[in-house]
Parts: sequence; C-alpha cells; structure tokens
Amino acid sequence: MDIFIQQIINGLVLGSIYALVALGYTMVYGILGLINFAHGEVVMIGALTALTAIGLLLPAGLPGPMLVLAGLLIAIPVCMAVGFTVERIAYRPLRHAPRLAPLITAIGVSIVLQQLAMIGWGRNYHTFPALLPTAPHQFAGAAITDLQIIIVLTAAVLMAGLVWLVNRTRLGRAMRATAENPAVARLMGVDVDRVISFTFVLGSALAAVAGVMVAANYSIAHYAMGFMLGLKAFTAAVLGGIGNLGGAMLGGLLLGIIESLAAGYIGDLTGGFLGSHYKDVFAFFVLILVLVFRPSGLMGEKVAERA
Amino acid sequence: MNGQAANELLVASGISKRFGGVQALRDVSLALRRGEVCGLIGPNGAGKTSFFNVLTGLYSADQGQVIFDGQPLPLGVPHRIAGLGIARTFQNIRLFGAMSALENVMVGRHARLHSGVLGAVLRTAATRREEAQTEARAHDLLRYVGIDRLANHQATHLSYGDQRRLEIARALATEPKLLALDEPAAGMNATETAGLRALIEKLRADGLTVLLIEHDVKLVMGLCDRVAVLDYGEKIAEGIPELVRRDPRVISAYLGTELNDA
Amino acid sequence: MSATNARLKSRLGIALIAVALAVLPFVVGAGFGNSWVRIIDFALLYIMLALGLNIVVGFAGLLDLGYIAFYAVGAYLYALLSSPHLAQAFPALFAAAPGWPVWLVLPLGAGLAGLCGVLLGTPTLKLRGDYLAIVTLGFGEIIRIFLNNLNAPANITNGPQGINNIAAVHIGGHALNRPLELFGIVLPGVHLHYYFFLALTLLVIFVCVRLQDSRLGRAWVAIREDEVAARACGINTRNVKLLAFGLGATFGGVAGGLFASFQGFVSPESFGLLESIMVLCMVVLGGMGHIPGVILGAVLLALLPEALRWGAVPMQQSLFGKVLIDPESLRLLLFGVALVLVMRWRPEGLWPSALRRRELSTHAADGA
Repeated sequence: MDIFIQQIINGLVLGSIYALVALGYTMVYGILGLINFAHGEVVMIGALTALTAIGLLLPAGLPGPMLVLAGLLIAIPVCMAVGFTVERIAYRPLRHAPRLAPLITAIGVSIVLQQLAMIGWGRNYHTFPALLPTAPHQFAGAAITDLQIIIVLTAAVLMAGLVWLVNRTRLGRAMRATAENPAVARLMGVDVDRVISFTFVLGSALAAVAGVMVAANYSIAHYAMGFMLGLKAFTAAVLGGIGNLGGAMLGGLLLGIIESLAAGYIGDLTGGFLGSHYKDVFAFFVLILVLVFRPSGLMGEKVAERA
Repeated sequence: MNGQAANELLVASGISKRFGGVQALRDVSLALRRGEVCGLIGPNGAGKTSFFNVLTGLYSADQGQVIFDGQPLPLGVPHRIAGLGIARTFQNIRLFGAMSALENVMVGRHARLHSGVLGAVLRTAATRREEAQTEARAHDLLRYVGIDRLANHQATHLSYGDQRRLEIARALATEPKLLALDEPAAGMNATETAGLRALIEKLRADGLTVLLIEHDVKLVMGLCDRVAVLDYGEKIAEGIPELVRRDPRVISAYLGTELNDA
Repeated sequence: MSATNARLKSRLGIALIAVALAVLPFVVGAGFGNSWVRIIDFALLYIMLALGLNIVVGFAGLLDLGYIAFYAVGAYLYALLSSPHLAQAFPALFAAAPGWPVWLVLPLGAGLAGLCGVLLGTPTLKLRGDYLAIVTLGFGEIIRIFLNNLNAPANITNGPQGINNIAAVHIGGHALNRPLELFGIVLPGVHLHYYFFLALTLLVIFVCVRLQDSRLGRAWVAIREDEVAARACGINTRNVKLLAFGLGATFGGVAGGLFASFQGFVSPESFGLLESIMVLCMVVLGGMGHIPGVILGAVLLALLPEALRWGAVPMQQSLFGKVLIDPESLRLLLFGVALVLVMRWRPEGLWPSALRRRELSTHAADGA
C-alpha cells in the first residue's frame, strides 16, 4: 500500500510539471491550431539557463532557495524571449500556409533549438545542485520531500494565476476571443498578432518554471531533455482535451500518476517480462488510445463535424 | 400511389440533426421526383446546407432515413453515397487546386474505375483502356459544361464562373442520378448566372434530377419545378414556385422582402 | 503542351542520369576511393526511403514522423533471419542461421513493414493531420524503445548492442560483400552492392512514377488537396490513405533489409526520431510530391555529412584553431534550419513539380 501511495505522490509531482508544460501546448493549439513541437525545447532552455545562472551566482553565498529563485528570474525572461522570437520568425509568416507547413517548421525549430543548446551547453549531463531541502517527510507510509511539496504548490499557484488571467482580465478575454474566431476578434478590435505573441510568451514562462522543476526534481539537466518531456506534456494536453486549460491540468496530473503507477507495477503485471525502462512507452500508448477512442479528450467538447 | 412511389428518386423522412445546442434540422421530410429540378430555399442558417450534408453523407443524421432509388442511403459514408449516385458541389467551391481541370474531372470518375496498385504499376491493357476512357469522358464532360479549352489549366487559375462549371463537371463524372448544387450562383454576375441557368436546364433536359440550394430567388422561381422552404431547421412549405412564394409562412420567414425582388 | 514537354525532359534526364550511374562507382572509386562508393550506396538506400515517405507525405499529404520505424522493422527482420543471433539466443528453437534466400527475406521484410503500416494506420488515419504526426512519432519511439529493451527476459533484439554477423545478400550463390571477377574486371563488394541497390532504386522509382500517374495517384493528391471534396467524389479516403501508408511502409521495409545486409550490423541507434526527420527533410527539401525533387533531396542530404566532415571540420580548424561544432550537430542544425527556411521561402522545395509549385506559391500569395 505504501508503494501505491508513494507512486501517487511521485505521480502528482511529475504531473504538476507535465501540466505546466501542457498549458503551453494547449494555449498555442487553442489559438493557432498548431502543435508547437519546439515547446519542449523551451523547457530545456529554461532548465539549462537557470543552471548556468545558479552556477554563476553560487560564489555569492546566497541561501539555496534564493539561488533557485534567482535562477528562475533569469530563466523566465530568457524563455519568454525564445518563445517570442520563435513565433515571430518561424510561425507568423506561415499563418495562412497549408497545414503541413507550420508543423514541419515546428519540427525544424525544435531541432535548431536543441542543437544550439548542445553547442552552448555541450553533450554532457549537468548536475543540478541540491539547493532545496530534500529531507523526506513521512506521510501515510510514503515519503515526500520539501522540494516535491514546493513543486506541487508552485504549479498550483501558477495554474490558478493563469486561470484568473484568462478568465478575468482584458488580455485573457482577447485570448479567448481569438481562440474562438480570430477574424471576428480582429473585427472587434483585438490585436490578434499581439495576443498570439503574448500566448507564446506566457506559455514559455510556464515552461521555464517547469524546466527548473524538472531539473531540481531529477537533479539533472541535459540538452535533449526537452523532447520526451514535451511529447508527454503534449499527450497530457490531448488527454485532457486540447485547447482546454482545465483539461491540460487534469491531463498532466493524470498522465503523471498513470506513468508513476505503471512504472511501479509493470514488472509485476507482466510477470517480469516488461521492466520500468518501458516507462516512456506508456505516455505514447495513452496518447494513441485517447486519440483513437476519444480525440476530444476528457474535458474537450465534442468538436462539431464540419464540411 | 404506386406509380407515385416509382416516380420518386429520393425520399428523405424525418431527418433530424443537432450540433451541440443547435437543432440544425428538425424532422425534415422531402421527396424528389425523377427528372425534376427542386429548389431548397430559406433564410441564412435555416439548415439547407446541413440537409445537403446529410443527403450526401458528410453528416450522419440523428434521426430519420433516406431512401434513394429504392434503397436506404448509408448516411455518414459519403463515398458510398457518391457511388450510389448522388453527386454534389459546394457552397464555397472545393476543387483540387493543384490539379488541372481535366484531372479534377478524372478524380470524379474514381468510384467508377477499378484499377488498383498492380494495374497501375504494370500498366495492364485493362488499366490503359480504363485511363484512356476516363480521359476521353473527362473531356466530354468539360465540353458539356463548356470549358474544354481550359482542360490543362490549373483549377485555381480558372475564373470564378468556370470553377463552378468545373465543379459541376467533376460531380457529373461520378455518373449521378441526383445532382445536388449548393448555391451555384453565389458570387456570379448576371451573365454567368444566365449561363448557369442554361446549363441546369440542359441537365434537366438530359433527364438528371437536380436539387438546388439557392439564394437567387429569381433563379429558383424561374428554374425549379418545385420548391421546398426550410426555416429554423424545419420545412415550412413545399410545392410549385407560384404557390410557395405566396405562402404566408414563407413570406414571414423572409420578412416579406427578398421574395419580391432579386 | 508544356506538360508533355516537361515530362519528356524529365524522362530524358532520368535516362541520362541512369547511363552516368552505370559508370559512377568506377569514376568515384578511382577518384576518391571506395569509401565514397560506400557513401553512394547509402545514398541509394536513402532515395528508396525518401521515395517511400514521399508517397505518404508528398502524394497523400499525411505527415508521418515515425517513418524510420518501418525501416527498422525491415532491418531487424533481415537481421534476425540472416544472423546467428536467434540460434545463439534460443538454441532449442533455432538450429542455425537458416541462410534464407534474398528473394524471400526482402519481400518478407517489406510485407511485415507494410503490415505494420496498415496496423498503425487503421485506427489513426481518421485523425487530423497534426494528430497523425504525433501518433506516428510516438509509434516510432515505441518501436525504438522495444528494440532497445527486448533483450530481457528473452533476448530477441539483443538490446542496445544490436545484432551483428548479419549475412550479406547472396545472388546466384555469390555473397555481395565479396569481390567478384567478371570479364577480367574485379568488382569490389561496394560496387556489387551499388548495382544491386541501383537496380532496386530504379524499380522503386518506376513504381512511384506509375503510381503517381494513375487512378490511385490522383486520389492521393485529391485527398491532400481537399479531403471532403475527395470523399464527395466517391473516394474511400480511409482505404486510399491506408494504401499510401502501407506502400510507403513497404518501401521502408525493403530499404531496411538492404541496410541490414549491407552493414552486417543493426542497432536501435540507427532508427531514432532524428533519422525519421532526416528522411522527411529529404522529401521536403527536394520537393514534396515530385519524384526527381525527392531523389535530389535524398542525394544531397545523404552526402551532406561527408561534405561537412571534409569541408566544415578543416574550415573550423583553420578559422578557430579547433572544431567548435562537430559535424554531426552541424548536420542536424542544418536540417532544422533547412526545414524552417524551406517552409518559409520555398515550400515547394528545391525542385518542385510544375503544378505543385504553382499551387504552393498561390497559397503563399493568399497568405501575404
């Protein structure tokens, strides 16, 4: 039983991170109908930027949490700038191109960012310093660390903030209007280009936070870490119902829990035939199953058939 | 009564279709007689195109069925419906832009052809014959709608009126018994509309049954043998044009304006 | 008039190239050494792969990001049937490497890959294009993860180490990796493979050309252009798409088998996402849907790593005194940049077909 609770806790932590990244996918998809493959790379850039910043600040002798905060405060604007630039240079010129074009561009952007990161940060794995307390607390027979609690709480606060922003502010209203119908939104005086830029910037900021969380949680960062993470976060977005903020959050948490439980139990379930190195496969199976049986996701409205 | 039934090419009964909270079609029934041109009119959003999409299989119906030429239509399966003999055009022209006019019409022959992978790769005698016949037939159809001189032009480079004609030629290529035209005169100038009317009359003379959605009331009233009127997803009138245009429900649906002018 | 002219020209071009290709290995071998003939052999494999993917992406407009999985299926099937691995791993089940004949193994690999294509395509081809891209990407990763891990508890794939000692293709009792003396000329193994691959590549090109110019080819383009209208024209879009998917996969399976026999070794490393993207890049860069363009793209990108190794490394050394960017990541960087630039400035590719060029530039003009 305690293994079960432990896996649920791990799943919640992982799921909070997926949810933050999934929000970036779902917001862009909701507005542009584009799968922004490069979003996972923004997460990676956030993690590595924070790592470098922390490395530079380390001699200053600040306390651990302050250092992490400083790393975040540097990573967030860097990621926002990356998101803004990518949209401006790569996607905006293709706004009216055939569907395949932006998708192929997105793959290209993803590779470019990854290789640039490799050139900048090298091929090696970087250790993320243990700056936050990781002493475990006992909880219902399972262990949970301060770091894990911080991750879940931060994610919750950010998501609440995002929901507030989208539902209660002028900008949020403009985002929703653009997602509904860009042409009409434009007629109503919404600066659609600005809204789209803002969406990318916002998603990138969340990605930066998620990047730091992943790096802190696994104590490791790497130029190729964004790809798989991005794919799983996208799966989470689809699972919840792409284009739907609540769906992205729910999908992220669910996927995190599914993955943790599956990794914990797959050996027993298959009589030892499949081990936990198949962890990464579950997300894909979930993705394929959702797309085949309920492409609108758990919380997505059934998309009306259109001629 | 039996003679009447044999004379009916299509009988749609009790068709209902809902999108989310919107009842697009409510219990719509309509019968089409062989060889007639039937107009389907109604204000914007009345459900005309939805009804078309059900008949041609793009939508499945929530309720109701359609008997076509004596057998039930497989609603929701457009390619089979096309195979059974209903062809259509689209309100916003949908041609295969990268292809030539001729190729567009040849695609329309798809369901009537049989060659598969092996035939294509080996280019068997049967395939060669089929291809030659397809091309010849496509030229015939382009000539029939009057644009054979544009056969090798890319579809997107045709003028608006010619694109409409090409779409009709492509629909005819499927060898339909019923041709469904969704606002064919939309965006046409007076000359083009007159040409279209002549074309539809030619189709009727050649025995084809035509179902026509149209906003151009003058065209509908002048051309159609019968007219059905949809409003808010319900059929509110049906009959010969002269009676329908005087029907008070129809007039109130149109607020008494559009029917008199245009 | 201009269409038939262009067709004549392209046919003439293909014929001329074919003649030049016959003497190519000797010229290249004499001028640059046989390692370059080997590179050209790989280029031929990539042409087959790219043409297979072109059916899916270029003709039918379905973005497949896991195409390399079919290559992997073909390669691993060949490897398992033509190496002692299974006999070593399961001595009770397999007596010895059976030494299956090539005309059986290659079609088997092609068939299995095609079957995988159909199995993957059946549930997913009704999805919208971008979802399909993600699902195929996931499928590619699943295949790779399985190849990587199916060494325990039963050692089927030998895990990350891969399978070696794969027998080369035998034709008429002669193994293609051994030199052959013919009319007093000694043909090294790379030359023999060259001619064998060339023959198969020409066959693949032939099949592609024939398919493009057929009822099916038209149906694929129709689906790419407007799926709803295609259905209304009586095209069973699901079946026709499935056919494109299956055929593309089949070509991938053939190329995979050839790859395994030529290398004598396969490992999961060769079948990662970046390989899928490289093949996609060949199709996109060359010109989606245009067979000569795709061939050009495949040749260019297959030669690129060598060009970088020979060009970029010495250049960086002379400029900066050291290698700042290793050729592998420079290659990937260039792929990424190429995808972005081509989509932005030349979506029809380097060598587009006449009609496709017009279509894509009209789209671009609409957008501007």
